[in-house]
Amino acid sequence: MIRLTRFSRRFRSPGLAGASSPIWRMDGPLAVAVTALALIGTLLIWSSTRTWAPGSTGLLKKHLLNLGIGAGLAVAAAAVDHRALRAYSPLVYGAAALGLVLVITPVGSEVNGAHSWIMLGGGFALQPSEFAKLGLVLALAMLLAQPAAGGDRPRGLDVAIALGVAALTMGLVMAQPDFGTTMVLGVITAGALILSGIRKRWVVGLAVAVAAGGAAVWFLDVLEPYQVARFTAFVNPSTDPRGVGYNSTQSMNAVGSGQLFGKGLFGGGQTMGRFVPEQHTDFVFTVAGEEFGFLGSVTVVALLGVVLLRGLRIARLCENRFGMLVAGTIVCWLGFQVLINVGMTIGVMPITGLPLPFVSYGGTATFANMIAVGILQAIHMHEHRF
Amino acid sequence: MNRMRGRLRALRALTLALLLMLGARLWQVQVVDGPRYVAAATETRTRDVVMPAVRGQILDSAGRPLVRNRTALVVSVDRTALAKMADGGKAVMARLGAVLGRDPADLARRIRPCGPTVSKPCWAGSPHQPVPVDGDVGTREALQILERQERFPGIVTSVQAVREHPGRSAGVQALGYLQPVTKEELERREGFKAEFSGVDVSGRDGLESVYDRALRGTPGRKRVQVDRLGRVLGTEQQVAPVPGDTLITSIDAKVQAVTEKAIAEAMEAAPQADGAAGVVLDARSGRVVAIASAPSYDPEVWTGGIEEDDYRRLLSEKAGKPLVSRAIKGEFAPGSTFKMSSVAAMLRAGYPIDGRYNCPGSFMVGGRSFNNFRGRALGVLSLHTALVKSCDTIFYRAAFEQYTRDGGRKPKGRPKEIMANTARAFGFGRPTGIDLPGESPGRIPDRAWKKETWIATKEENCKRARTGYPEVAKTDAGRAAFLKALARDNCQEGDQLRPGDAANFSIGQGDVLVTPIQLAAAYAALVTDGRLRSPRVGWKLVRPDGTTVKEIKVPVTGKLPISAAERAYIKRALSQVAADGTAAGAFLGFPMKKVKVGGKTGTAEVWGKADTSWFASFAPVDDPRFVVVAMVSQGGMGSEAAAPAVRKIYEGIYGFTPEGKNARAALPGWAPAAAPPVIGPDGTVTRPVKAARGKVR
Repeated sequence: MIRLTRFSRRFRSPGLAGASSPIWRMDGPLAVAVTALALIGTLLIWSSTRTWAPGSTGLLKKHLLNLGIGAGLAVAAAAVDHRALRAYSPLVYGAAALGLVLVITPVGSEVNGAHSWIMLGGGFALQPSEFAKLGLVLALAMLLAQPAAGGDRPRGLDVAIALGVAALTMGLVMAQPDFGTTMVLGVITAGALILSGIRKRWVVGLAVAVAAGGAAVWFLDVLEPYQVARFTAFVNPSTDPRGVGYNSTQSMNAVGSGQLFGKGLFGGGQTMGRFVPEQHTDFVFTVAGEEFGFLGSVTVVALLGVVLLRGLRIARLCENRFGMLVAGTIVCWLGFQVLINVGMTIGVMPITGLPLPFVSYGGTATFANMIAVGILQAIHMHEHRF
Repeated sequence: MNRMRGRLRALRALTLALLLMLGARLWQVQVVDGPRYVAAATETRTRDVVMPAVRGQILDSAGRPLVRNRTALVVSVDRTALAKMADGGKAVMARLGAVLGRDPADLARRIRPCGPTVSKPCWAGSPHQPVPVDGDVGTREALQILERQERFPGIVTSVQAVREHPGRSAGVQALGYLQPVTKEELERREGFKAEFSGVDVSGRDGLESVYDRALRGTPGRKRVQVDRLGRVLGTEQQVAPVPGDTLITSIDAKVQAVTEKAIAEAMEAAPQADGAAGVVLDARSGRVVAIASAPSYDPEVWTGGIEEDDYRRLLSEKAGKPLVSRAIKGEFAPGSTFKMSSVAAMLRAGYPIDGRYNCPGSFMVGGRSFNNFRGRALGVLSLHTALVKSCDTIFYRAAFEQYTRDGGRKPKGRPKEIMANTARAFGFGRPTGIDLPGESPGRIPDRAWKKETWIATKEENCKRARTGYPEVAKTDAGRAAFLKALARDNCQEGDQLRPGDAANFSIGQGDVLVTPIQLAAAYAALVTDGRLRSPRVGWKLVRPDGTTVKEIKVPVTGKLPISAAERAYIKRALSQVAADGTAAGAFLGFPMKKVKVGGKTGTAEVWGKADTSWFASFAPVDDPRFVVVAMVSQGGMGSEAAAPAVRKIYEGIYGFTPEGKNARAALPGWAPAAAPPVIGPDGTVTRPVKAARGKVR
């Protein structure tokens, strides 16, 4: 891709894409991979929702609109200098936290058992927990990039403040309840802490604390059948009419039956029959598996890998702690969602309601993901400004 | 910063590892285990819908349909849909009852699933299958439901093929009927079968049952793709149904109609008659030209599921059990029609064919006097005249002599039992093997049978010999005394064939029982080539396009144990019966010059009932083409009920008026169809070339 950069430098054209345009300084592979994923995602969403009504295109148009808005947001985010971004971080975090408070008040609406939405009317809705991920990434990076006591690694107070900020967000999301997003927030927190360079014994200590906490929760839930039932609802938020294993069985059937080459776009019987629940959002990967086969689904995973690895590269090349931390934590966030989302459709991860970044349908998630990519590009371009 | 870069490198390694893990797992799920998931997915995604095959028609020997298909509108109730309604579907059922003119409570009974405590009416099929509640709805009623579907949620109307009998009740017992297949029947079927739906039908009784496999065809299968709610998205795979074969029978619809009418009229004419049967055989081939049993019923009762009351009526004694084919299941003492067997036995035993035999008014057997009909002495007769005039005493004597020769009550060694064995050689005492189900074997009461019956009834008889019949004595002291004496007799020496038994047997009385079809088959053998054949109704199975599947042969099951000359002698004697013997009165005015009919009347006494009236006949006597047997239970004398019925059948076949004038003949060629009709590829029927009438005459 260096070649592409050279090529582009050699053939500068005047105007919008002129010599000074930042477009030539962005990370090409990341942009291409995200665009490819968005296009593939569009096809998958089209395929899985066009059967909702005869002759309809399903959510195709709405998704394209979401992508358009998302692209605009990405460009806007990329244009923001990341020093300015750092200044906005408390604002973003605060706005996300306010949104999370709003959803648990009567302003919010309940969908699939989780009180996660703010209805905007006209069929549009916002899911503040998606922005909360972004807000938490920025807040933690801001807190951990410049340790209060100086030095090159955060100390106890920094970690405590960071944990407090994270706990507030996670608590609000938990109250919806949205177990999947809570886990993502946990991973973001853990990622930010570890990447910020805290001592290894802190890492070990936090890991032990998380494990103990998890065990305690599980233990308590076992004691309380009502809690167990709620936990099951967390883990498996989608309607589950035919037993606990239904989602998993149906998604495995869809993915597995795609075999090597898939059944072709719109050719997936499982998809057409809508056997996999929430197939345009959480289980969108099953459409790729069934209709595009192993070759298609592995391409999707590879493209996601490109996004993650380019993100890590951007982090590594970044010369300031904030940018590095933001980029690295974004990779943790997106990477965790990829692992869980793809993993649950092929039976290696528990069923958890998380969208596949850049591919799943969902306005707010698309916006948040695109903004994250925009931020990655901003960090990248900043490093190439000299 | 370097520490952070180090941790980023570790994260990169972790990311790569996890990506590779996902890729490997995808390979495993999609490529390695792919086929397994394909199978699992196909199972959840598709439903097999059975497309019933069109059931084959049943045609007569001229290609006229005896049973064909027509479409009917069926109303079914989807129980699952009703269960979801607030009132359990009561309101819908009430509306449906009003439209169909049926009691909603009756409809409700019909749709409940059958169980150990729930008996008919109930639904024995799959609980997921809509339950048919009315199988033959008028167009107006169906439209009322279809046009206001919102008022009838859960009510389904569909088109189904049902059987239609153009001849109405003609030959219904032989044709059989259809009923929903039982789970067990479905499991026995070979080849592809759908899940038991309760909608498939199976042939019950008659030809529908015997040729069920061929008539049924092979159901097709449509594999439809469904969504998770079971809505059909499209067809994935389709195996077209193979229509059932057409069964061509040797029945002639016109002769059948004539036969039905003749025996029905015979029943009407005899006030006590409770059943009748008529059989017309192609004498040479052994094929059945007509087979009728009265009382009959309208087969429309089966269409769309039989009502409970109707079903009870079909089986009830009071209605005369119209479901039962008396032609093959009715066992009656044959009376004098049996004498051809006795004459054959005498000839076998060495009685000279040209001998003169005394026919006194009565003959003493075992201390009892056995009389001729009305005790009349007929003088010294030839065997020929003995048959024509129906002398009994000659046969009593012969039977008693043979009985004595065998050793009487306590035979030494192996008795010859020439009378019984000859009867067996004529095919009596065992089913003829006709291609109709449930045929009765009849009964030849020989010494072995006597012993078996004695063992089976000994206990009861010996008890009754002591206690008597007090319950009978209350109303009829004389009968009670008779029964007690009989029981004592049977208890003490019931194992012994008594001389009276032997005497009764010789004239087709006592314990001997035959079915009309047995008698017809025996007469056909006697008057043609001496070969006993197992009669056949089915002639040929053809595909709907006319290609032959199978021609049904008439198996030869035995050979009469007398020579051709002896057969001819007996036939000659019988040839005179209708002209100037016991049936002469019944055939008065019949144009014997055109077609001479031979035969033998039979009047069998039944204790406590009116006589069974028989006439077994053949025509024309020189070269018989038809054997016609009529039986009227409680019809009186053979010459009074059965013989006139047989005369009517011949008048129909040959086209004579009762006055002997020419009329329209059911069989213009005066002969049974020589070959089955030819079905063209387009379904058209061509009758084979008619036999030249002159030649037959």
